[in-house]
Amino acid sequence: MAESQTVDPQAPQQTSSSLDVLRRGIRTTPGLVRGLAATALIGVAVAAGQIAVPIILQLALDRGGLTTGEVDIDEVTRLVIIGVVLVALTQVLSVIARRQLISRAEAALRELRVKAFDHVHRQSLAVHNEQATGVMISRVTSDVDALSRFVEWGLFAWVVEPVVVVGVFVAIGFYSWQLALVGLLSFAPVYFVLRWVRSRMAEAHDERRSAIGDLLGTFNEALTGAEVVRAYDAQDRTLARLERASSRRYETGLRANLYMSGVFVVGDLIGTVMMAIVLIVGITQREAFDLSAGALVAIMLLITLLFSPIAELGESINNAQEAIAGWRKVLDLLDEPIDNLDPTEGTVLPSGPLSIEASGVNFDYGDGIPILRDVSVALDSGSRIAIVGETGSGKSTFGRLLCRLADPIDGQVLIGGVALDSVNVDARQSAIRMVPQDGFLFDASIRKNIANGRAGATQAEIENAISLLGLEAWVEGLPQGLDTPVGERGSSLSVGERQLVSFARAAVADPGVLILDEATSSVDPQTDLQLTRALDRLAEGRTIVSIAHRLSTAEAADVVLVFAAGELVEHGPHDELVAAGGTYAEMFATWTGQ
Amino acid sequence: MGEGDSAVAIDDTRATARAGFRLVYNLVRPHWIPFAVSVFGAGVFAAGTVASASILGWVTDRVIIDTFDESAVAAGVGTAGLAIVLLAIIRAIGVVVRRYYAGMTSELVERTVRDDLAEQYLSQPMSWLRRFSTGRLIAHVDSDTHTLVHSLHPLPFSFGVLFLAIFSGTRLYMIDPQIALIALILFPTMTLINSIYSKIVEKPLAKSQAQVATVAGIAHESFEGALIVKTLGRREAEVARFDEAADQLRAYRQNVGFIQAWMGIFRDSITQFAVFAVLLMGAYRIQAGEMSPGNIVEVAALFGALTIPMLVFGFLLESLIPSVVAWNRLRPVVEATYPAQPSGVALPDGALGVVIDALSFAWPSVDTAPGELVLDDISLVVEPGEMLAVVGSTGSGKSTLCAAIGGVLDDVDDQVYVGGARLSDLSPDQRAKAIAYVFQEAFLFAESIRANIDLDNDRSHEEVSMAAKIATIDEWINSLADGYDTVVGERGVTVSGGQRQRIALARALVRDAGLIILDDATSAVDTVVEQQLLSHLRGASEATMIIVANRLATIELADRVVHLVDGRIARVGTHSELLEDPDYRNLVMAYAEVADG
Repeated sequence: MAESQTVDPQAPQQTSSSLDVLRRGIRTTPGLVRGLAATALIGVAVAAGQIAVPIILQLALDRGGLTTGEVDIDEVTRLVIIGVVLVALTQVLSVIARRQLISRAEAALRELRVKAFDHVHRQSLAVHNEQATGVMISRVTSDVDALSRFVEWGLFAWVVEPVVVVGVFVAIGFYSWQLALVGLLSFAPVYFVLRWVRSRMAEAHDERRSAIGDLLGTFNEALTGAEVVRAYDAQDRTLARLERASSRRYETGLRANLYMSGVFVVGDLIGTVMMAIVLIVGITQREAFDLSAGALVAIMLLITLLFSPIAELGESINNAQEAIAGWRKVLDLLDEPIDNLDPTEGTVLPSGPLSIEASGVNFDYGDGIPILRDVSVALDSGSRIAIVGETGSGKSTFGRLLCRLADPIDGQVLIGGVALDSVNVDARQSAIRMVPQDGFLFDASIRKNIANGRAGATQAEIENAISLLGLEAWVEGLPQGLDTPVGERGSSLSVGERQLVSFARAAVADPGVLILDEATSSVDPQTDLQLTRALDRLAEGRTIVSIAHRLSTAEAADVVLVFAAGELVEHGPHDELVAAGGTYAEMFATWTGQ
Repeated sequence: MGEGDSAVAIDDTRATARAGFRLVYNLVRPHWIPFAVSVFGAGVFAAGTVASASILGWVTDRVIIDTFDESAVAAGVGTAGLAIVLLAIIRAIGVVVRRYYAGMTSELVERTVRDDLAEQYLSQPMSWLRRFSTGRLIAHVDSDTHTLVHSLHPLPFSFGVLFLAIFSGTRLYMIDPQIALIALILFPTMTLINSIYSKIVEKPLAKSQAQVATVAGIAHESFEGALIVKTLGRREAEVARFDEAADQLRAYRQNVGFIQAWMGIFRDSITQFAVFAVLLMGAYRIQAGEMSPGNIVEVAALFGALTIPMLVFGFLLESLIPSVVAWNRLRPVVEATYPAQPSGVALPDGALGVVIDALSFAWPSVDTAPGELVLDDISLVVEPGEMLAVVGSTGSGKSTLCAAIGGVLDDVDDQVYVGGARLSDLSPDQRAKAIAYVFQEAFLFAESIRANIDLDNDRSHEEVSMAAKIATIDEWINSLADGYDTVVGERGVTVSGGQRQRIALARALVRDAGLIILDDATSAVDTVVEQQLLSHLRGASEATMIIVANRLATIELADRVVHLVDGRIARVGTHSELLEDPDYRNLVMAYAEVADG
């Protein structure tokens, strides 16, 4: 668990019990237990079919005269026909039950998977920064798949086999309640042994799952950093890291395997001891218990019916442990609070440009290192604002708070006079739009990526956005125009081109507040000029916040905010700040002196 | 994760049992010792099981029936109880040995495949790596490898039960040849049913397997782009996209589950039907005086034992299919060959010049129309110690040119000379020492800052902090509680784009390379800091520098400028020479225009 806690800083600290996981799991996807009663009923029938075999054997031995040698063939034939029909019937029932169970469970798993996926996307960026992408991927894939494997192999056994166990004791009780009691007493240790092994196994499986998370994270790193690894000849060290993660995965797997091997024989061993005890007691007390020879044989065979449930219980406990471990991780993810919960209704923002106000804003990424300290500022609607400051000064984070990628720890952000955390989510997303610096694109065509800017964007709107930004010539130069695929993460395009698409994507949304986070930094001057002009037109009737590198942007802005070490040290029009001779004036002097 | 991946997987399902056994043989061969121990355990279990059945028959006749017949407890009852328990212990030992060593075998095989994958991922050239999606390569490490070894678990048992079949077959024949005949008819029928079932289930299984990869691919892309998903308000659309794939997976899995449920009928009821058959036949044989009731009990137990081989064998055949499918996905990656690395040639000390000879390059991607050259007939000479600025509009090939010189395009290594040596002749070690290549997008390992800068772990603290000073990141690092030992990345402190770039820069500088390539490596750094940083760098290093420049001030620092237009060199010369070209002037003076408003 140690590792998983460093990975999931938000996860609940205590390891919840399997029963608790089950409860929480059912609460999350109630569909899992719907109709379970019917399945259990059929399970009883299936178990009855299994128990019928030794009973019929006993009847054949005693009534069919097999023990005495005076065989009644008709009676035996009749019994065998009854037995065959009974078994066939219960098997058909079992198929019906299994099909029901599978379709319900798979539907519930899909729901769980999608819920977890949704939850990851609902969390604020503060959480995203802390969590490994690889770990989150394994939550919605391999952790849910572990559950699914259990559904395929173990779930039906969990329904039927307890019934078989109960049924066997009831049947023995019919022959002799005393022997049933003797059997039950010698069977009891199974419970304690299994309980002990189960807790050991739960630990081993948790370790294994967290080793898998680490393994995926490390491989993900080696693949996303492939170029750096090659350019710096870092293969050996990276390989060593991968092999370390792989070894840990091996060791944790082996440990889980050890318990699994042990648990498998518990049933067989204890069942056999029970058989020997029942045999000796039954033989010596046959008169007191009123037993026939056939009955004792049937009891012995009934006891053998317990072997396979107990043995398979070991197997399905193993599957179940793995499933529970995965399930717990998914549920823990779902339990992580969404720190910037959207209001259910929320205030709708007016269209057109909006004012921005920050009052006493403090922020850190959950690690206690302050990123913003007591930032207060009021900005008019429709103005062009530039935020400048050194790298790490908090200017990017301030921009992120303006579109509620995270909430301030203290203080408030107001957009259009409305507290941002009470704004209707759709209104917020259409009114405030950010173009982030990394320009991530989806593996689809340029057209599709631009259309992503606003739900229901029409072809005409996409083309308008292109012409508004003056990108027609660039689009025409592409091999397949707007239908050119951008590749994984947009990798078929250059960084500059990716940003052009990001701009168009923002333009389609027609926001009242546009936040540009270092967006023009990687575009060459000519394209930059093109974009700057288009953005001038786009800025018409909007509030523009630019997180700027170039002081030219600041020079052209109405208001400049100067950040240093998380504080807003100066703000005002460019000319005033230059005249004031402070931090900004110094920066500007260096820049013009180039 | 495109359509192609799943299409391949479905196509590759001609997974015959023969292919499966060949695969399993090859996988297990290097780890045969634990496997053999496991098979031995299975043999012990087989012998114990047959002996237990015989004891049960003996107990029925000699203990139970005799006792009831003679109204006195038969003498053997204590011995019988002891024998039953002893045999159970022997069986248990057999099972533990078999399962533990079978588990060890599959864990070992998994590790071997994983380590092979790790080696492939690190040793293959970039051109190879680019052919696969990251989602697919990640799925290979976890779910594919796991599925691959799924068939190894029942394998030792399948071997062990051969003994079981022989022992119990012999015993059955000894009891009654006619009863043995039932077994002879019954069990081949089971095998037939099993193989029919395998045929039916293989396609649905392959589909569901491929869909797992599709789901993982969507999750991968969507979580990597979480920031964009958020800013665009695309959460619901992304959830819908994921839901569609998850629903498809549900449908495939349900389909497989239904087929398995039908198969379960035969598995679960075969023993029961066999017992009834034995009972009926036994009745006639007892009437004829050729069998005892104890024989019926023993035969019933043996039939029960004989179904184990069928179950296990069926399970093996069934798990062979996904294993073969998984292997067919893994094989092109695991078994790929990669060119041997050159042993290296002599390189001069100090600054290294660069010569590029008629270099053309097109991305070998299906997405780009063929013949779409990103670099078109580039010939260029960079003198040792020179600073060359690469200028051009978006998409003109600046980054690709850097990649070609940096040696990550592999296909064109023959046309690039560094320090007089062909890139393709340099050993990886030499390349890394000679060329410090800083990428447009800074990549940090989830390790300490020190480890990120000093990748080879062979530099003194002074050298590391000197590099950090030149990269103007030293002060920030020292302000952190753990200083240079602060862990960055996914599990460490949050690092902004500019800090990332400067750490990556320090990583390049600490190597003291003869050639430094900066591919827009300071884009997220403020202008003021960038100028400070580049002038520090020029002062501290005599290395040749190739720098993709998007800022006029940076261009002006360079000795010469190469102007790229559509992948071709338009002109090479000093900045002032190039200014005579109106196209160049328009491009670089764009800043001035912006600045002038």
